[in-house]
Amino acid sequence: MSISPKPQLSLTATMKALFKRDILLAFRARGDLLNPLMFFLMVTSLFPLAVTPDPVFLGKIAPGVIWVGALLATLLSLDLLFKSDYEDGSLERMLLMPQPTLFLILTKVFVHWLVSGLPLALIAPLLGLMLGLPDGGYLPLFISLLLGTPVLSLLGAIGAGLTVGLRKGGMLMPLLILPLYIPVLIFAASAVQSGSQGQPFVGQLAFLGAYLAFTLAICPLAASAAIRISVAR
Amino acid sequence: MAPWLEAKMLGCERDDRQLFDQLSFAVGEGDIVRIAGPNGAGKSTLLRILVGLSSSYSGDLYWQGQPMGRARYDFLDNLLYLGHSPGVKANLTAEENLAWNCQQASRTEIFEALESVGLRGYEDIQTSSLSAGQHRRVALARLYLHPPKVWILDEPFTAIDKAGVGRLEQTVINHAQQGGLVVLTTHHDLAVPVKTIDLGSSDFKPTEREGGIE
Repeated sequence: MSISPKPQLSLTATMKALFKRDILLAFRARGDLLNPLMFFLMVTSLFPLAVTPDPVFLGKIAPGVIWVGALLATLLSLDLLFKSDYEDGSLERMLLMPQPTLFLILTKVFVHWLVSGLPLALIAPLLGLMLGLPDGGYLPLFISLLLGTPVLSLLGAIGAGLTVGLRKGGMLMPLLILPLYIPVLIFAASAVQSGSQGQPFVGQLAFLGAYLAFTLAICPLAASAAIRISVAR
Repeated sequence: MAPWLEAKMLGCERDDRQLFDQLSFAVGEGDIVRIAGPNGAGKSTLLRILVGLSSSYSGDLYWQGQPMGRARYDFLDNLLYLGHSPGVKANLTAEENLAWNCQQASRTEIFEALESVGLRGYEDIQTSSLSAGQHRRVALARLYLHPPKVWILDEPFTAIDKAGVGRLEQTVINHAQQGGLVVLTTHHDLAVPVKTIDLGSSDFKPTEREGGIE
């Protein structure tokens, strides 16, 4: 046998390579990434114009408005999570790597969160300022987005994986995923609400943390099974 | 020694049509296996079943004597599969594509592989601006980068020019001579005798179709 043995690759090396690749791809398609962020900005900035410029009233609805905006913006960005990889065969290639698929999916979801969820969390305090969010609301807003947006990405990966092979899956994915998003929305908005009224908000954030831990354990596995089904047709 | 890749009584039905049935074969070291058949006979489907991308089949698959389910990761470790869409990212350059597809390769090795497929000088160009044939060549460059033992290639000659086909054919033959296994679908006639798995030649007799190594 004169074929030289292939050097073994560790899982972490593959994950690192995938991470680098996806960051590079995200950077090359910056325009696509900006869309959800612009959507988030527009939705929240239209509220004062449409409802009332009264800062006290706006301050009351700010937690809900910001969180609904962030949730819908994430939903918009999910379409891109697996689409191009599915179309050019990269997803097949990932399924055929000698590494467990769920870790590759986890890496992809992590990059998705880095380029979509994290910017939302970073920009949200600014929008809070614009909507007159009371001082106590900023910390829970930021933390709830930091804990909540990865949950949105993780749950979204299941929906994106299931619908990636469908030509007209546009409306199906939100229908599948939205019910799972509701707990995040309720507890996160409630945390910000409590914070801005000067009440304790640790309980709600603890729930978000628990939900994050749960989805982190379940979603990559479910998403890779979903992708396997989509690729098998 | 057990054959590398063995199929027993493989059958596949799709949209109420029997693509193939009771297909049994065993292939291994040094074999070049060509899956033959007209369009729609299920050639690509058979390849997807062999690599494990499709699970809608009956029958059993074995890798080196072990059931595929148990030996899956060992099989994947030895597998190079090029499908219809071979996973070349349009937004990455040829070099970046190969760096991801073959992570253990060094920069020099990647450049050598690109040279082998005639893409020297194109390594910094995003593959979206390459032609269809060059795009295909980026995928084929994987054959020169620490190639594993088993190659499963779906229409590897598509969109490749005449000189390229000749070189690719030589690569396939060399790989088999060095003890590798190549399973491919193609309408192109290879210069060396190969094993053929015929998936039937008629669309009109779906029940009588039976495959076997000639």
